[in-house]
Amino acid sequence: MTVRTFYNEMVDPDRQIRPHYAAYDAWLSEMPGERISQKRAEADALFHRYGITFAVYGEDEGTERLIPFDIIPRIIPAHEWKILADGLRQRVRALNAFMKDIYHGQDILRAGRIPADQVLNNSQYRKVMQGVNVPGDVYAHIAGVDVVRAGEGDYYVLEDNLRVPSGVSYMLENRKMMMRLFPRLFSRYRVAPVDRYPDMLINMLRSVAPVGVTDPTVVVLTPGAYNSAYFEHAFLAQQMGVELVEGQDMFVDNDHVYMRTTRGPKRVDVIYRRVDDDFLDPLAFRPDSVLGVPGLLAAYQKGGVTLANAIGSGVADDKSIYPYVPDMVRFYLGEEPILHNVTTYMCRNKDDLAYVLDRLPELVVKEVHGAGGYGMLVGPASTRAEIEAFRERLIAHPERYIAQPTLALSACPTFVESGIAPRHLDLRPFVLSGEEIQLIPGGLTRVALREGSLVVNSSQGGGTKDTWVLEG
Amino acid sequence: MLSRTADHLYWMARYMERAENIARMLDVNHRMSLMPQSEVQAEQAWGATLRIMGLENAFSKCFDEVSADAVLEFMIFNPDNPTSIRSCLRAARENAHAVRGTLTSELWETTNSTWLKMRDFNGDKLNDQGVSNFFEWVKFRSHLSRGVTLGTMLQDEALRFIRIGTFLERADNTLRILDVKYQLLLPAGEVEGGSADFYQWSALMRSVSAFEIYRRIYRDLITPSRVAEMMLLRVDMPRSLARCMKEVYNNLRAVSNEHSAETERRAGLLEANTRFGKIDDIVREGLHNYVVQALGRIQDLGNRIADDFLVPVSRQAETA
Repeated sequence: MTVRTFYNEMVDPDRQIRPHYAAYDAWLSEMPGERISQKRAEADALFHRYGITFAVYGEDEGTERLIPFDIIPRIIPAHEWKILADGLRQRVRALNAFMKDIYHGQDILRAGRIPADQVLNNSQYRKVMQGVNVPGDVYAHIAGVDVVRAGEGDYYVLEDNLRVPSGVSYMLENRKMMMRLFPRLFSRYRVAPVDRYPDMLINMLRSVAPVGVTDPTVVVLTPGAYNSAYFEHAFLAQQMGVELVEGQDMFVDNDHVYMRTTRGPKRVDVIYRRVDDDFLDPLAFRPDSVLGVPGLLAAYQKGGVTLANAIGSGVADDKSIYPYVPDMVRFYLGEEPILHNVTTYMCRNKDDLAYVLDRLPELVVKEVHGAGGYGMLVGPASTRAEIEAFRERLIAHPERYIAQPTLALSACPTFVESGIAPRHLDLRPFVLSGEEIQLIPGGLTRVALREGSLVVNSSQGGGTKDTWVLEG
Repeated sequence: MLSRTADHLYWMARYMERAENIARMLDVNHRMSLMPQSEVQAEQAWGATLRIMGLENAFSKCFDEVSADAVLEFMIFNPDNPTSIRSCLRAARENAHAVRGTLTSELWETTNSTWLKMRDFNGDKLNDQGVSNFFEWVKFRSHLSRGVTLGTMLQDEALRFIRIGTFLERADNTLRILDVKYQLLLPAGEVEGGSADFYQWSALMRSVSAFEIYRRIYRDLITPSRVAEMMLLRVDMPRSLARCMKEVYNNLRAVSNEHSAETERRAGLLEANTRFGKIDDIVREGLHNYVVQALGRIQDLGNRIADDFLVPVSRQAETA
């Protein structure tokens, strides 16, 4: 598929290099080709040696792969970042307010701004959280909001990831790699540093400890070494200087959580959990889970421990709730949303479904609960047979799907086999909410390496780039 | 530190040490097999190597008869053999992977790249570069990993558990090497110091890097009881039982907790036993008996350490 027109991050429609890429372009044209190839090979070797890999599901257990790293950075000028940052802060503030409301008074439902059944019958809504107070009223402590650029260059929010968003370690490692490979390049630009992230994260986690705990013990909870994001879990625990625990390392006693150490049990106050709700507590959720801690939910409900993110935060990042986020901004903050949503058709509505069925070849259809780029239809990139097969599934269960126009995602020059060519990309900045809302100037830029592809997920052959936010 | 973290560190060290000791044992056998000897002798020697590790049954499930090629294949590459060098290096890496945040990046990268090299290794490459070069490589990777451990790790609990794993494993291996060779080289009734084969004993000592040390200490003929003394009781000999137990005991005391008194006492007892023991007494009572007893006590220590500090053996069974 070819998208006819798309915004090129580096080159303007008159084929001029955009001002913020000028210095990079000059630097690149000075670099001999074989030196570039050598640096790219070096990057691969280093990522392998560091073991910066992710596990691929559906292949042999323990299969580890590198995420391809591209050495052309994605550069964001200061004035654009300011708009993005303001918009992201606003959005995450509204999302947290929404979750507090849903799990308490439900004003927004009574005001009729969102159909109640869409929230309360949503599988991500956790009844067990009704009436539970969480420190600072924060639910989504760590949010990874996927932003794309389309059309003339406007930013759109594609997805709010509020459960266990991943990718921040690549943001940090990509920067380290770029600085190691091309140190002198950084003297030509004032790139905002990102390495404060682990500090910001640990401070935020400490700030949301249960009431009365003055020197909280924070841990990172991982499903284990075979999880696709294990590298990141270990990386963050190490960078923050806290223990990386698995469910089997902890137990609950008298509404408090303890970990088993070589010197006996030690109390745990804040759990940065990278395990989904369903697996957190076999007594409360899936009884077959061996990843969780029996009794964790009860301890959490009584305020004995803080979980980040909160249980039930999925209710706000579900794709069927996404269309209402701009309304949340208006409802809770009394402000106009700074960032756009993408037009979304909810197939559960008859009219929307009819529209979508008519235009399947031009739309992107996604599963409401899907993630990772699995189970979606990109109309323009699909064969007629694929579209017809999807149509049947859609008609059988319309409530499971939403559809969006195929966006002409912006593209950035990228190294590919045939040389340098534009490839589509997105951006995931990470927003931290504790006593205040903070974000690091940067994020994870994912790039679809196949020509014309709009799917950037690493599980679907996507790569990453270093993301430079320039200082104003 | 987390009990599970300590457990991974301990096993990471044990598997690395085990890989090295297996390389040493196989190397010495390989060198001996190059000396003039009958086929029966050769087969006996390879069989003894399997016996050292308690792998005779596992081996006979994969191969019909004991031969140099079969034993090397089984002990180097066989993925079904949990103590093949490949399996050990893999297990060391898996354990390191599970706690990579606790390791220095140098130590993690060393362990990881050792495994990556081993993973891509095969019989053809082995023949190209020579078996002995491969064993050298394994030894050097183990030396490197130990050096990186001591040169980069904070001297805290993590390092203590790594050291306990290293020396408990080494104690076990040294005992096994000595026992099997002693039986093989000194058939019952033979007079000590008599017809003991100089080459065989020197090869045995080379397998624990002790040949040059023997010369420096005794400056005399090689006799089996002196070899045994050196490998069991000389605390200045880095691979002896005495040195290993001293390290285990000292490191255990440094991580002492409220449950561990009995474990420390037993480690101390074994350590004192090597410190004050006399080789003449050991030989008179029977070296084999001594070794079997010591192996049992080392296994007991391993279980007790797991129960007191690491993931208890009972809980391992639950989650397995």
